[in-house]
Amino acid sequence: MRTRTGKGAPSGRRRGRAPRLRPHPFGLRTRLVLAFLLVAAVGCGTTAALTYRAARNAILEQAQNTAVSAFREQVDALYVSLPVDPESLRTDLLRIARQGKPRPWRVYAEYGTVRVSSTDRPTSTVITPELRARAQARDATPHAGFQRVVKNGTPYLTIAVPAVFLTHVEGTARPTGLVLYAVMELNEEEAGIEAMVTAARDGALPALAVALVPALLAARGVLRPVRELRHAAHSMGRGRLDTRIHAKGSDELADLARTFNESAAALERSVAELRSAEARARRFASDVSHELRTPLTGMLAVTEVLDEDAGSLDSDTARAVRLISAETGKLAVLVEDLMEISRFDARAAELHTDEVDAADCVRKTLQHRRWTDPAQVVPHLTEGIRARLDPRRFDVVVANLVGNALRHGEAPVTVRLYAEGDVLVTEVSDRGPGIDPEVLPHVFDRFYKADRARTRSEGSGLGLAITLENVRLHGGTVTAANLPGGGAVFTVRTPL
Amino acid sequence: MPRVLLIEDDPSVREGVELGLRRRGHEVRTAPTGEAGLAALGEFRPDLLLLDLMLPGMNGVQVCRRVREDSQLPIIMLTARGDDFDVVVGLEAGADDYIVKPARTEVIEARIRAVLRRIEDPGSGRSAVEVHGELAVDRAGLTVAKAGERIALAPSEMKLLLHLSAAPEQVFSRQQLLEHVWEHSYHGDARLVDACVRRLRNKIEDVPGEPRYIQTLRGFGYRFGPL
Repeated sequence: MRTRTGKGAPSGRRRGRAPRLRPHPFGLRTRLVLAFLLVAAVGCGTTAALTYRAARNAILEQAQNTAVSAFREQVDALYVSLPVDPESLRTDLLRIARQGKPRPWRVYAEYGTVRVSSTDRPTSTVITPELRARAQARDATPHAGFQRVVKNGTPYLTIAVPAVFLTHVEGTARPTGLVLYAVMELNEEEAGIEAMVTAARDGALPALAVALVPALLAARGVLRPVRELRHAAHSMGRGRLDTRIHAKGSDELADLARTFNESAAALERSVAELRSAEARARRFASDVSHELRTPLTGMLAVTEVLDEDAGSLDSDTARAVRLISAETGKLAVLVEDLMEISRFDARAAELHTDEVDAADCVRKTLQHRRWTDPAQVVPHLTEGIRARLDPRRFDVVVANLVGNALRHGEAPVTVRLYAEGDVLVTEVSDRGPGIDPEVLPHVFDRFYKADRARTRSEGSGLGLAITLENVRLHGGTVTAANLPGGGAVFTVRTPL
Repeated sequence: MPRVLLIEDDPSVREGVELGLRRRGHEVRTAPTGEAGLAALGEFRPDLLLLDLMLPGMNGVQVCRRVREDSQLPIIMLTARGDDFDVVVGLEAGADDYIVKPARTEVIEARIRAVLRRIEDPGSGRSAVEVHGELAVDRAGLTVAKAGERIALAPSEMKLLLHLSAAPEQVFSRQQLLEHVWEHSYHGDARLVDACVRRLRNKIEDVPGEPRYIQTLRGFGYRFGPL
């Protein structure tokens, strides 16, 4: 006996390519990179903002403190005789302006309606009314005030210091009504701050670029195991149950990989057990039928002798002898069918195709079975279709379907043969009651009994199962259905 | 009635087939092994050899080859369906036909008759010896000579050659040849035809790979000539 072991994987030959990675616009990699960039940007931004604020304050405060104290000193050292002489005051103002710290000032003096300045214009537009009001307050102790003002995009520091004279009696300062103002541009400080912002930005951009590296590394670290898992799952799906993932490390992904490997091993074990059990069952069926064949050959050869001599035996013996003879014949058919099924199961069934005239092929099947009475079988065969098929197996298909229709349906049985594109369609329909809808899905099952009470049909119970296997071997399909007008129809489609 | 030598190792098959054939009037001799069968050949002088393929010791294919070395005795193999490889090897070894076990006696006898049947001379008016190129075919005497030298052909080879050469240049499908030469059904095993064609080519063609006499028409079948 020769058995061929079945192929492990049904799609073993179809070596599918590795699954192509679809681009995910918002996949893990993108999200991880975005998250890293966001964190880096927020970090850089916050640091820069805080540094900027602190540094700006420090720079501006230093500038204004220097300016305010220097101006106050200048004003304190000023000797003004009242009432004010604008000419001498202007000289003083020019001197003060020159000595401005950290940079020269523009100095303005206001006394009542008198306006004197170190510049061409008598008063400045950047001095706000609030500053003026604070410095000229007569009720309270006058003190110096300052304010930062932005005018036409240029930042200015404005300082107001009221000139006082000390009363020797009380030792307190009293305002003279003369207020001096100093105006200084803060352009240089502002430029320093600008430079800091630029530096912060120029520092942040490389930081973001550097953040990309760990982002991509982390994405790779996550994505590689995920991709491996994907490939492995795909490969398992195609039947390669020995697929395993290289699991290393101790993170969650490694755990996942180990779990996958354990599950795959468990699956492989159970599938192997199932397969071996199935193979044993098949081999058993095959062995049994082979063992039955030899005694059957001897028995079948002598059935004729029994049939011929039964007439000369007494009636009981004759009946017994005829029974044995008839049943031997059926047993031979059953064993033959069983062996045929075993060969299909063992994938040892071979297709010997030949290019034949399809109508000829069907006609010869009907002739050979003596189904030539038009009241029994009506052929509607399209002539001239050349088909590539195994004539012996196609004969079995047609004969089983017609025989089945004659047994279970009602005559006349119609056999149609036609081509539909590059498919050869063979249709066998009868005029019987049709097939019970509950039975319909099982008609191609082995030994399926529509009616449990009916212990045995005329056939082996394997006819339609063998038909199905033969059609499959041709790369075709066979379906059973009920016709709307009653009766069953079996349709075989095989490639031409 | 023909004399049949049956070589079969299983006693029940041997006895059953012998009984069945004897009832139909055949003279049957049986042998349980290939060696015993070969020994019985010379003494029994059978008309046909019924040969089981699966034999202990010398197997059926070896027996077949040994017989073909010096005899054109008709040989029918007994085989089981599915032992496809053995069938092909057996046919290549020179068997004329095969029967799948289990088989009824009427089937076995029909095969025996078919193999032994002499092909009827279709054109009785024609001259007995036809000459095709270097090939001389004597339809009445059932001999074939190539360039004057006689060629020994097994019964199936002879019948196939006579059938094809009776209608030169006509294409016969393998199914037609199965029906007419082997008397099988249309759906029989076309490998019978192919194996027989190969054997025949080996004997009559100058270069078996480039046949002149038995030509293949892919998808249609075989024809004789044109030369």
